[in-house]
Amino acid sequence: MSNQEHTNERVPVMQRVLDNPFLLLFLGVTMPTVLYIIWGIIEIAQIPVAP
Amino acid sequence: MVATPESLPLPAAHEEPRFRTCASTGLKIHLAAQTLIKANAVTAVVFLAIGGLFGLLVALTRWPAVHLLPADWFYLVLTAHGLDVLLLWIIFFEIAILYFASAVLLGSRIAAPRVAWAAYALMLIGGLITNVAVLQGGSTVMFTSYTPMMAAPNFYLGLIIFAVGALVALGVFFGTLVVARDERTYEGSVPLVTFGAITAAIIAVFTLASGAIILIPTYLWSLGLISMPDPLTYKLIWWGMGHSSQQINVSAHVSIWYLIAAVVLGAKPLSEKVSRMAFFLYILFLQLASAHHLMVEPGLSSEWKVFNTSYAMYLAVLGSMIHGMTVPGAIEAAQRANGYDKGLFGWLRHAPWGNPAFAGMFLSLIMFGFIGGISGVVLGTEQINLIMHNTIYVPGHFHGTVVAGTTLAFMAGTWLLLPLIFQREIIWPRIARWQPYIFAIGAGGISLFMMGAGTLGVARRHWDITFADASMSFSYPPAAFLMMGLNGICALFAATGGIMYILTVVATVLWGKRIADGQAVQLASPKARVVTEYGSIEHPKIPGTIILTVIFFVAFVLYYYVNWKYLAEVWPMR
Ligand code: HEM
Ligand SMILES: [Cu+2]
Repeated sequence: MSNQEHTNERVPVMQRVLDNPFLLLFLGVTMPTVLYIIWGIIEIAQIPVAP
Repeated sequence: MVATPESLPLPAAHEEPRFRTCASTGLKIHLAAQTLIKANAVTAVVFLAIGGLFGLLVALTRWPAVHLLPADWFYLVLTAHGLDVLLLWIIFFEIAILYFASAVLLGSRIAAPRVAWAAYALMLIGGLITNVAVLQGGSTVMFTSYTPMMAAPNFYLGLIIFAVGALVALGVFFGTLVVARDERTYEGSVPLVTFGAITAAIIAVFTLASGAIILIPTYLWSLGLISMPDPLTYKLIWWGMGHSSQQINVSAHVSIWYLIAAVVLGAKPLSEKVSRMAFFLYILFLQLASAHHLMVEPGLSSEWKVFNTSYAMYLAVLGSMIHGMTVPGAIEAAQRANGYDKGLFGWLRHAPWGNPAFAGMFLSLIMFGFIGGISGVVLGTEQINLIMHNTIYVPGHFHGTVVAGTTLAFMAGTWLLLPLIFQREIIWPRIARWQPYIFAIGAGGISLFMMGAGTLGVARRHWDITFADASMSFSYPPAAFLMMGLNGICALFAATGGIMYILTVVATVLWGKRIADGQAVQLASPKARVVTEYGSIEHPKIPGTIILTVIFFVAFVLYYYVNWKYLAEVWPMR
C-alpha cells in the first residue's frame, strides 16, 4: 500500500518473482517432488529384489 | 463449540458480501471470512484440548513413579495424541490463519465461502472418523502408521478425507489472493504476514498431496483390495507429509511472530527484502529436509541423504536464523522508536511482558530457536543423528519446535484473535497474563528433559523403561529415571498452561464482553495498521539483537561440537 506512488516504476525481477504466488507454488512443489520424492523412488526402485 | 449449520450465515446466491471496519487497524473485514476463521479456530482449540489431555496421559505413563496407563492403552493414547495435536489442532488453526492473512489482511472478500465451509466439513468429518477408529482400538499404529502395521480402514479413510478438505481450503486461500488482486483491494506487494502465509500454504499443498497419495493405496490395502505398499516407499512419501507439515507450522508461526510484533508494538520489518528472501528459502528447501527421517534406512544412498538433509536443509535453517534475528530486531527498532532507547536491553526490559500475545510470542521465538532449532540441526546431521535416532530425544526435539514454538505462538496469536475477530474482551485477563509463562515452563521443560533422557539412551514410544518382563535384563542409568520424572512434572505445568488457555478462550468466546464495531482493541498498538502495509523501518538500530544473535551462535556451535564429541566416544579408537 505504501508503494502506491511507485507502481509505474520498473519492479525488480526478484520482487516480481516473490509477488507471483503461483510461480512460487510451482517452485515449492517441484523442488521437493523432484529432489526428494522422484530421486528417492528411483533409488528404491534400483534395490535388487531378494532372490 | 462446533458451529452448527443453522448458526452459519451462508450468503444467498448473488448476495453482496458484507463487511465491517476494524477500529484498531482500519481493515475491512468480510463477515463471511470472519465466521470461517472463528469456526476453524474454535475447532482447533477443541482438538488441542482432547489431544493435550492424551499428551498428559502419555507423559504420566512415562513417569516411572506413576506409570499410569496399561501398555495397550499407552500405545493407543500415544497414537491419538500425535494425531489430534499435530494434525488436527495445528492444521485447523493454520486454516484460520490463512483465511485471516488473505481475506482480512488484504481487506478482501473470501473467494468462495460455501466451498470453504465444505472444506471445513470434510476436515471435521475426516478428523472425527480417524479419532473414532483409533479409540475403537484396532488402529494402534502410532501417528506414523508405517506399513506393514495395518490399521482399521477408517483410520486411513478419515485422514484422506481430512487431507482433501484441507487441500480445498488451500484452494480457497489461493482463490482469495486472486480475488484481492483482481478487485484491487491492495496495491503492489502483499504485506509480509500474508507472504509468510503464502509460504505456509505452498508447503501445505505438497504436504497434503503427499499424505493423500500415500494413504490412498494404504487404505485400499487395508480393505484387502491391493497388496501392501512397499514399506520404504511408504516411509519416503509419508514423511513428505509428516515432515513438511512441520514446515507449514514454522512458516505459519513465523508469520504470527511478525503479526504480533506489528499489531502489539507497531513494528515494521527491518527489511522486507531480507525477510521475504528468508521465506523464499523455505519454499525452495525446507521440504527436502523430510529426508532426515530416513537417515538410517538402508536402500537410500548417502548422496540422496546428504543432499537433502545437509546442503538443502542448511539453506532452510539459514532462513529460520534470518527470521530469528529480524523478528527481535524489528521489535527492538520499534521499541527504540517508541522511546525505550536506554542501554542495550532497555527495549526488552520495557517490552509489554504483561500482554499475553507479546509474552507468548517472545517466549516462542526464544524456545523455538534455542531448543527446537539447535536440536533439530543436530538430529538432521547424518552422522550425529545416529547417537539419538529413535530415542526420546526425538520427541524432545519436536516438542521444542511444535509445542514450545508453534503451539505457544498460536496461543499468543489467539489472544489477539479474540478481540480482533471474535470481538470479545478476554474474560479473565489475569489468567491470560500468566498463561504463556506457565505453558512455556512446561513446554520447555518436557522438551529439555525428554532430550536429556534420550541422550542417556531411553527409547521413544516405549511403555516400560525398566524392561520388567524382558528375557534379557537391561537397565538405564538412574539419571534417566530422574529425567523421565522431571518430564512428568513439566508435563503437569504444560497441561496447566494448556487448561488455562482452553478455558479462558472458550469462556471468552461464549461470555466475553462484546467489543462494539467502532471500538479500538486494548491489546493492539495505535500503529497496528503497519501490519497491512509493505515497507521496512528506516535506519534501524539493533545492538541488543546483535548480542542476542551472538549468544545464540555460541550456544549453537558449542552444542553441535559437543555432539560430535559424543559420537567420537561411541567408537573409541585405541
Ligand atoms: C500437555 C502438553 C504435552 C505433553 C505433556 C506431551 C507429551 C508427550 C510425550 C510424553 C510423548 C511421548 C514420547 C514417547 O513415548 O515416544 C509425546 C509424543 C508426541 N507429541 Fe506430545 N505432548 C504435549 C503436547 C503436544 C503438542 C501440542 C503437540 C503438537 C502440536 C505434540 C506432538 C506430539 C507428537 C507428534 C508425538 C509423537 C507421537 C508418536 O510417537 O507417534 N505434543 N508427547
Ligand atoms: Cu522432520
